[in-house]
Amino acid sequence: MKALRSLIDKIKPNFEKGGKLEKFWVVFDGLETFLFVPKHANHNGVHVRDGIDLKRTMFTVIIAMIPALLFGMWNVGYQHYTAYGEASTLMDNFIFGAIKVLPIIIVSYGVGLGIEFLVAGMKGHSINEGYLVTGMLIPLILPVTVPLWMVAFASAFTVIIGKEVFGGTGFNIMNPALLARAFLFFAFPAYMSGEIWVAMDPAKTLVDGYSGATSLVYFDEGASALTSNISTTDMFMGTIKGSIGETSTLAILLGGLYLIYTGVGSWRIMTGVFAGGYLMGLLFNFLAGSAYPGMAVPAHFHLIIGGFAFGAVFMATDPVSAAQTNRGKWIYGLAIGAFTVILRVFNPAYPEAMMLSILFFNVFAPLIDYMVVQRHIKTRLKSAYQ
Amino acid sequence: MSENGVIKIKRGFDIKLVGKTNPVIKDLPLSEIVAVKPTDFLEVIPKMLVQAGDEVKAGDHLFYEKDRPELKFTAPVSGEIVEVFRGEKRKILEVKILADKEQKYRDFSARASQPWTRDSVTEVLLDSGAWNMIRQRPFSTIAKVDDNPKGIFISCFDSAPLAPDLNLVILQNKDAFEAGIRVLQAFNVPIHLSLRNNVTGNEVFSSVKGVKIHYFEGPHPAGNVGIQIHHISPILPGQVVWYLDPQQVVTIGNLFTTGKYKPERIVSLSGSEVKETAYYRTIVGNSYNAILEGNVSEGYNRYILGNVLTGQHVKAEGYIGFYDQQITVIPESSESEFLGWLLPGFHKLSLSRTFFSWLNKDKEYKLNSSQNGEERAFVVTGEYEKVLPMNILPVQLLKAILAKDFEMMEKLGIYEISEEDFALCEFVCTSKMPVQQIVSRGLEIMRKEG
Repeated sequence: MKALRSLIDKIKPNFEKGGKLEKFWVVFDGLETFLFVPKHANHNGVHVRDGIDLKRTMFTVIIAMIPALLFGMWNVGYQHYTAYGEASTLMDNFIFGAIKVLPIIIVSYGVGLGIEFLVAGMKGHSINEGYLVTGMLIPLILPVTVPLWMVAFASAFTVIIGKEVFGGTGFNIMNPALLARAFLFFAFPAYMSGEIWVAMDPAKTLVDGYSGATSLVYFDEGASALTSNISTTDMFMGTIKGSIGETSTLAILLGGLYLIYTGVGSWRIMTGVFAGGYLMGLLFNFLAGSAYPGMAVPAHFHLIIGGFAFGAVFMATDPVSAAQTNRGKWIYGLAIGAFTVILRVFNPAYPEAMMLSILFFNVFAPLIDYMVVQRHIKTRLKSAYQ
Repeated sequence: MSENGVIKIKRGFDIKLVGKTNPVIKDLPLSEIVAVKPTDFLEVIPKMLVQAGDEVKAGDHLFYEKDRPELKFTAPVSGEIVEVFRGEKRKILEVKILADKEQKYRDFSARASQPWTRDSVTEVLLDSGAWNMIRQRPFSTIAKVDDNPKGIFISCFDSAPLAPDLNLVILQNKDAFEAGIRVLQAFNVPIHLSLRNNVTGNEVFSSVKGVKIHYFEGPHPAGNVGIQIHHISPILPGQVVWYLDPQQVVTIGNLFTTGKYKPERIVSLSGSEVKETAYYRTIVGNSYNAILEGNVSEGYNRYILGNVLTGQHVKAEGYIGFYDQQITVIPESSESEFLGWLLPGFHKLSLSRTFFSWLNKDKEYKLNSSQNGEERAFVVTGEYEKVLPMNILPVQLLKAILAKDFEMMEKLGIYEISEEDFALCEFVCTSKMPVQQIVSRGLEIMRKEG
């Protein structure tokens, strides 16, 4: 590593102010700090610091996404071969999936990071790590059949409209990756719903009675349609159709536990979302009538179908767009979970409610915090004058 | 949180470092030059009363504070003023005294005799300069003579990293400590002593008469007087409390029993880069060069007057300040670390479990002065709350300070806090924010406006 270090030190002057490659300072700095944690010492205040930094935090989130990613790759292959009734091994499924998924990841990172570097260069600030996570989230919430140009489009939209117009990582008001998903959903509805969840091969013939419907489609037809077509185990394990990373509740929960254990993800938000969804589901079960078949679907199904788990673990917990106070996080989580179930039940035309629910409460998070702070002030005053 | 009279602090974090102080007490002889540093005192603009060439006795006035002329700052030793050392903009940094071989003291014994009343005690404390040991909350400035504090708080344990063991320190001066408490009783306000629960050696404090004793449990910052005040009797708008360190009570006790102003201190020397750690019996203003010379590891070190969270970054040569009781030496950050954010990080201390160092809970760390990453916009929430054991919303309060929103700062409890209470927030911050600096700014704004 000494050789690499001395090489970097040798070429560094070229990029510093007055050097001939001054314009590329941001790129150089980004790469240097990626390779070496800088030796910056503390000046004022504390003399020692916690080992964690934003790079490590983002890296931890990426590790947490790996189970969902690997399972998603396998499931892409599995869904493909199942559709044609072909036998396939674990490796076959995985390799097929990897060939389909990796290009999406590469395009997402390439375009997103490219724009990040460009904007950082223009504004002269250092490159933020935020996109390391966003760049992985985008592929995981898209269908595998999404055209690559659309991924590029979504990544660009995320970085520019989702983040940079607000001032970069830490200043955005909505979850950037979800914003990309919403953008694609409304701009290109044909590519975002319908028979899009399985990578098809026009040269082959589908098995008899094949249906490309996801759990959410069956959900709208009522409890019996859901339970007769897909088993609970499949829904939990994730051998169902859906976006690349969202299907396996198990893989997502593994990531969620890792986030909670390391202290990076908020357990309050995650628990809140699951509890909110489940409780609202129970309430609907109690009130179930004929007008809305979704009301009768057992409450626990809400947690394992569609993007519920993925949203709870990886999307709602984004600290920048979520509520910031501890009490606010509970309210925010519960509200997202409950609202998702309400949308699913009352608006069958629009099945995936998780995305809009999170974006909706991203906008309301500051208001939730405001109420929590006001309440805190009141109780402080009250206890002071007792 | 109070249970059987024990206040349990749950939120906080103990930073375990290599280099605890050995329980050995050595004598540090008086150095040739002794210095008084006006910069030790918050909000004090010194007006000189002496000049180079003047002879002073221990306890003689050196300067006073411009806006509060009753505050006199005195010589800790007798000798000849050799220099009034100034820095930028002619700011007075050090008043240097060539110490006498035979120390001469100003005699306070006539006025310091019993009975002790508020007036007589105040007069002697002010005249001797010992008054400056009494500070107030809010703001951590020197107490105002006319204020009626609702209590005097003394934290009898220091929970900061590598902090000195105050039980051991005060055991050397138990009688003077008790005399000091009796002097403070002349103010006729409750005196609160906060002790660490369930440790041997705290009888030195628990046996003191005429005070309220509180027991605390839990991690740092449980030993911060601000945290203790918050849990014992929070400061309401318009209220003032006073606080001192136990060693300062000793000085006051000695002043009133012997009639001499002699600000002695037992200072701990700690840190991973110290060869032989120990406690040193010395006096405020003495040079600490002698205890560091040949006693620190070679290489690039950081010298800290105080602890690693709140201490002052100093050179290897200098003088012990008015409120100091600890010197820490740690390595400077000298090398950038290859893929430091990616590796398992067994040697990296973190409140989070993102590094594998959580596998070994009791490990003592050799931390250097590295920031461990670059400053970023505020992203990760919920961290500060884990290490601030107060009914205060830290992030919202800091935002109110940055927005200069006076009303909000007041409502969110700025009068209860000080920089040291937020030091752990700064330590754990993923975005490497200068938290203590922001708190300082907020307190300064409130002092000037109030």
